[in-house]
Amino acid sequence: MNAVNHMGFIVASYATAIAVVGALVAWVTLDYRAQRVRLADLEMRGVTRRSTPAQSERTIEQAKEKA
Amino acid sequence: MAIADLANPTRFLKFANRTIPWLSGLTVIVFAYGIDQAMLAPDDYQQGATVKIMFLHVPSAWLGMLGWGLMSVAALGTLVWRHPLADVAAKAAAPIGAAFTLLCLVTGSLWGRPEWGTYWVWDARLTSELVLLLLYLGVIALWRTVEDPSRAARAAAILSLVGAIDLPIIKFSVDWWNTLHQGSSVFRVGGSTIDSSILIPLFIMAAAFTLLFFTLHLAAMRNEILRRRVRTLRLMQATAVS
Repeated sequence: MNAVNHMGFIVASYATAIAVVGALVAWVTLDYRAQRVRLADLEMRGVTRRSTPAQSERTIEQAKEKA
Repeated sequence: MAIADLANPTRFLKFANRTIPWLSGLTVIVFAYGIDQAMLAPDDYQQGATVKIMFLHVPSAWLGMLGWGLMSVAALGTLVWRHPLADVAAKAAAPIGAAFTLLCLVTGSLWGRPEWGTYWVWDARLTSELVLLLLYLGVIALWRTVEDPSRAARAAAILSLVGAIDLPIIKFSVDWWNTLHQGSSVFRVGGSTIDSSILIPLFIMAAAFTLLFFTLHLAAMRNEILRRRVRTLRLMQATAVS
């Protein structure tokens, strides 16, 4: 077996692995950012879950505590 | 923190936020070491330099199956205990498992051309692996088609359990049928047939890929929990407006 003859197949395999892993990492990273932006946007508009206080409420509470 | 505490999505998010950076760092370190060892490994006496493709192909194959196994266990959590985190775990695992299965098929093809003289044959191992990829695509399509997450979860859980029958078929296909694909050589009765100079780098690469799988899975689960929160808030907003 000549390593040089098969180098193209080896390089193509590693390039595919980098592309697939890169795509997965990009997917989870970009998706995380998108969800954070959407949540922040909803909180800014005052839409919050009943179990967690809104960002603005939290800020007011923190300000009260400091005072 | 007890494992039972992680069943709460808010606590799970805290755990994921703390764990993901450490797991990512560990994954990079193990990958760097694994790739170094894989490149230093000698050529195989039969395969020559193409054995280096095996350091990608074998872990991808294992993780493609692990992904579906994880989805099957999560499916029980959905159908029996109706646990919301089980749905989240199953949904998050599907694209990752599909990606590893695709990588397994592509690297296998690229290895097959110089070794077998063909990119593809319809032998039992290759075909059952292709079926696994199609099952993954089916379950992803199901999640995307059904809008209500709990209904989608039940449908996906049933498909996951039915599809789990493909896992033993993949594993034992090389024993049950005459295949061009080689028989088991790592985990087999009587020990591995692979020399330690190749087996050790293979295990290090498998550990690196497994760490990558769980890091990505944890991150994808975190995203899915946030996505459901966004959905709930939008529904609340829509209800308030109407």
